[in-house]
Amino acid sequence: MTRAVTADSAPRTPAPPAGDTARRPTRAAADRIPAPAPEHPPAGPGRPAPPRAKRPAAGSPLRDRVRSAGLPYLLLLPALALELLIHLVPMATGIVMAFKDLTQEYISDWSAAPWAGPDNFRVAVDFDAPVGEALLRSFAVTCGFTVLAVGLSWLLGVTAAILMQDAFRGRGLLRALFLTPYALPVYAAVITWSFLLQHDNGLLNHVLHDQLGLTDSKPFWLVGDNSFVALLLVAVWRTWPFAFLLLTAALQNVSADLYEASALDGAGMWRQIRHITLPALRPVNQVLVLVLFLWTFNDFNVPFVLFGKSAPQSADLVSLHIYQSSFVTWDFGAGAAMSVLLLLFLLLVTAGYLLLTNRGRGAADA
Amino acid sequence: MRRFRTAAAAALVTALTAAASGCGGGSATNSGGSNDKPGELTYWATNQGSSIEADKKVLAPELKKFEKRTGIKVKLEVVPWSNLLDRILAAASSGQGPDVLNIGNTWSSSLQKSKALLPFDDARLAEVGGADRFSKAALAATGAEGKPPAAVPLYSLTYALYWNKKMFRQAGIDGPPVTWDELVADGKKLTRDGHHGLAVEGGNPVENAHHAFVFGKQHGADFFDRSGRPTFDEPGNVKAVKQYVDFLAADGIAAKGNAEYAQNQSVKDFATGKAGMLLWQAARTSLLAHGMKPDEWGIAPVPFQSRQDATASGGKTEVDSMVAGINIGVFQHTDNLDGAMKFVSFMTSTKEQRILTDAYGSVSPVLEAQQAKPRDKDEAVLRSVLSSSAAPLPQVPDESKFETLVGTAVKRLFADAAAGRAVTEKTVREALTKAQQQMGK
Repeated sequence: MTRAVTADSAPRTPAPPAGDTARRPTRAAADRIPAPAPEHPPAGPGRPAPPRAKRPAAGSPLRDRVRSAGLPYLLLLPALALELLIHLVPMATGIVMAFKDLTQEYISDWSAAPWAGPDNFRVAVDFDAPVGEALLRSFAVTCGFTVLAVGLSWLLGVTAAILMQDAFRGRGLLRALFLTPYALPVYAAVITWSFLLQHDNGLLNHVLHDQLGLTDSKPFWLVGDNSFVALLLVAVWRTWPFAFLLLTAALQNVSADLYEASALDGAGMWRQIRHITLPALRPVNQVLVLVLFLWTFNDFNVPFVLFGKSAPQSADLVSLHIYQSSFVTWDFGAGAAMSVLLLLFLLLVTAGYLLLTNRGRGAADA
Repeated sequence: MRRFRTAAAAALVTALTAAASGCGGGSATNSGGSNDKPGELTYWATNQGSSIEADKKVLAPELKKFEKRTGIKVKLEVVPWSNLLDRILAAASSGQGPDVLNIGNTWSSSLQKSKALLPFDDARLAEVGGADRFSKAALAATGAEGKPPAAVPLYSLTYALYWNKKMFRQAGIDGPPVTWDELVADGKKLTRDGHHGLAVEGGNPVENAHHAFVFGKQHGADFFDRSGRPTFDEPGNVKAVKQYVDFLAADGIAAKGNAEYAQNQSVKDFATGKAGMLLWQAARTSLLAHGMKPDEWGIAPVPFQSRQDATASGGKTEVDSMVAGINIGVFQHTDNLDGAMKFVSFMTSTKEQRILTDAYGSVSPVLEAQQAKPRDKDEAVLRSVLSSSAAPLPQVPDESKFETLVGTAVKRLFADAAAGRAVTEKTVREALTKAQQQMGK
């Protein structure tokens, strides 16, 4: 608690030295001390307070209202336009494509592609036919993969964050070390993994088979059924540092007093984790799990670099599957329809998740 | 407030229309090419040599020569294979791209149908010297029969059998196998003490599809019928795929690890003596790069099903390879049409063909350039295979789907075999049937 109080009290300190206000032009400070303003002519572009003070006298009240109410929107405009350009327009284009029979024949003139109606969707969800069946299997693999990868990443992240909570010698070094996978470029990191996972000369097989003798023959990691495990391994290795980073940050807000008080009351480590740490992490976890879910579910880079354009069946993640069904086979309408289905699914899951977790939190807070 | 709203709405509408018109960009404008920028050309070359840098070194002096002759500056970009197709598709859909580009010749009919490239009708073919300048085999891989080619042949390649002379001698084998039975027998003799008879690139769908095609031809089957419908699971193709996968499965002459090879590890295995034989296109530069000496390997045509098939009857043997290679085409939306045509003429001229194919170890599709004495034993064999026993892959628009689906099915069969699961005619047929069903939607 003490930490929170000190943080709050900073702006309330009366009349800080002039140089200090200049560096921290918070609105509260500027409003409360209008007196120094004329004495200090605007020193830099970072001080909008003095001109604002003069305005009401000069302009009409209406114009002023427009100005003050409109400014935020005006400032939002570039972001809004870019949002439209970068997110919504491509999304809408994708949805339109999903209803077209867009193959290589029409690629240089999309508008000429004939409308396919719901045909692309019908093929994608016809689970008795090969295309739909393959999509369904890929979807199931992705769901399993996502649950495991997010769960493991979170578990590793939270464990490491809690273990790193108390200061000890070498903590900074360990933290930095833990974060390296997150800082490495995906391609370089995953290519390295693909070398480690090779059948003949890979390090993993060398350790498992040659040195420890755990397996009768060298297992395959990049083809066949084990590729699921390989993919999971690499994905968790790549994602958990992010969970660790966020949870470490969140733990900084948990007051040490609470631990001390609970320790005096005789709470052990597990009780502390259950009743203090985890509830305190709840808001962060809510966002973290959602973000991890979306990233993992849509992951393209890791399987693509690991397996190339055609992944083994047991590791055929849906994004790679869609890429194969559209780019590699030149059938963009079908790929777009699958993407739209994926988008709908993710929207549903996200909405359901937020609804559930928010309601749960409301009940807990009440 | 209202004024602000109007302004905001106007801004939004502008942004939207800009975006919308950006999406359909190039749909109607300057279709068919123009001559707006006569002074320069952008050229996308495929990666032919051992690296992108090596390719730039080969091409730079030739492009200088062209600039000296015509005053046109050529901006070169060497595009790696892995993303060339994506780049071409993006260029085709946006209308923004190079003026002249290289394509894999198996994409010819797909791209022909996409209208992304200017068709070489008789007038344009005449500009590069006429269709008669090119070898028939190479010309057959430039698009659907009876339609103007999408692009003209630039380099020809084909599969050949490379064999390790020392390993053959040690195993007491006289020379390269002529039939597959001989290859398997030789392979078994070579397979011992961690060495294997043959190296295959089992994790690479494209390689797999090529071999499936050739084996299919030898079993009298095709992957598409005359009307362009897929016939993946017909008995000949099932036998073909099984025969290929059996090198690793039943015959055991390829190492299990080959099932995951997709980055040319098989070339390395052959060059370093881990495998005694290799089926590859123009492997010379790669083998040299891996430290093999030219007299350490022998080169022979890919084996046939029987010795009878291998002997020419009326100058024509059975098929034992595919017409692989690179075509050069002009982008539909070029803004230097005349310059682009001049550049294609230059690149396919006999003199340049000699220089470029010598540098890359490929075969020239230009007949006149083929008349020169072969530069080495490799070229001699490749030339004879190309002229007598190589067939082009199916020239249908769905060809790339075939490569992906059949190649992936074979990759999975290899993985099954490597994991110790039985690969039978039944499992092969099921895999091919499933691939075929994914073709039609």
